[in-house]
Amino acid sequence: MGYRVFIFVLLLITWVLLSGQFDAFHLILGLISCALVTWMSSDLLFRTREDPVMQRVQEGWKLVWYFLWMLWQIFLANIAILKLALSPSALQQVNPSIVHFKTKLKSDFAKFLLANSITLTPGTVTIKIRGDDFYVHAINEEAAAGLDGEMERRIARIYRAERAASSSESSGEEDSQ
Amino acid sequence: MSIIINIISIVFILAGLVFFFGSVVGVVRFPDFYTRMHAAGKGDTLSSLLVVMGFAVYHLGQIHWTDFAWADLLVVIKLLAICAFIMLTSPTATHALMDAGYEDGIEPLLRKKGNALQDEEIGDRR
Repeated sequence: MGYRVFIFVLLLITWVLLSGQFDAFHLILGLISCALVTWMSSDLLFRTREDPVMQRVQEGWKLVWYFLWMLWQIFLANIAILKLALSPSALQQVNPSIVHFKTKLKSDFAKFLLANSITLTPGTVTIKIRGDDFYVHAINEEAAAGLDGEMERRIARIYRAERAASSSESSGEEDSQ
Repeated sequence: MSIIINIISIVFILAGLVFFFGSVVGVVRFPDFYTRMHAAGKGDTLSSLLVVMGFAVYHLGQIHWTDFAWADLLVVIKLLAICAFIMLTSPTATHALMDAGYEDGIEPLLRKKGNALQDEEIGDRR
């Protein structure tokens, strides 16, 4: 119950800040729609509720930096597409393949971020995700070679749980060597 | 001052149009469904981002800072929020179309031995 009230208040603050109108009509509309959203889908916002608040704030902050880095990657991808589309020998440079790799990321949201990031970086688009297996369409060998896992490491660095998983796995690998 | 802001917003919107042009040419020229989706999916994201950001910068120039109203700044904030949503939804839509195309049996144009997905499926059948 306390969780639902928290979500309701959060939604109401967002509504008031974004509407910018403080007359009775708009405030009552806000109350009704916030109540409806809370009733229908309040459990969607935070699926795990054990994580401390500070950790969530930190993750959100790192996510902002990650999005800025993504913006730069999108820019590079578009320059690449523009060059390829306008070059007279575009058909010779297009040499597509479907590449498969396994990810170490565990949570759904991290996988979603990785899939979206692959789609937005130069020359690669995610086709399918089956569990840990990613199938990626790469437009030429250069793009396929770019899937070396740098993005995965960047995403793993955002989340504490992912960091713990990947560090334990890498230490295990060292032991076996 | 407002002239500088206008020029910045014009540059943003023009850059968006250039990238839109690139993705349109890509959609027409690329050889198959999947490579066309490359052009459509990526071109869309950045160009609409740039155009919406151009609007945001333009509106920032329209605000009268002497009698400041929260509602004016809200427009800018909402435009930036649209940018964030485009960044999340556009690649998801591209991914959904690619997946639907593959499920529907559109053969990708590939160099030899390039299809990891098909190798896997043949392995499963055995």
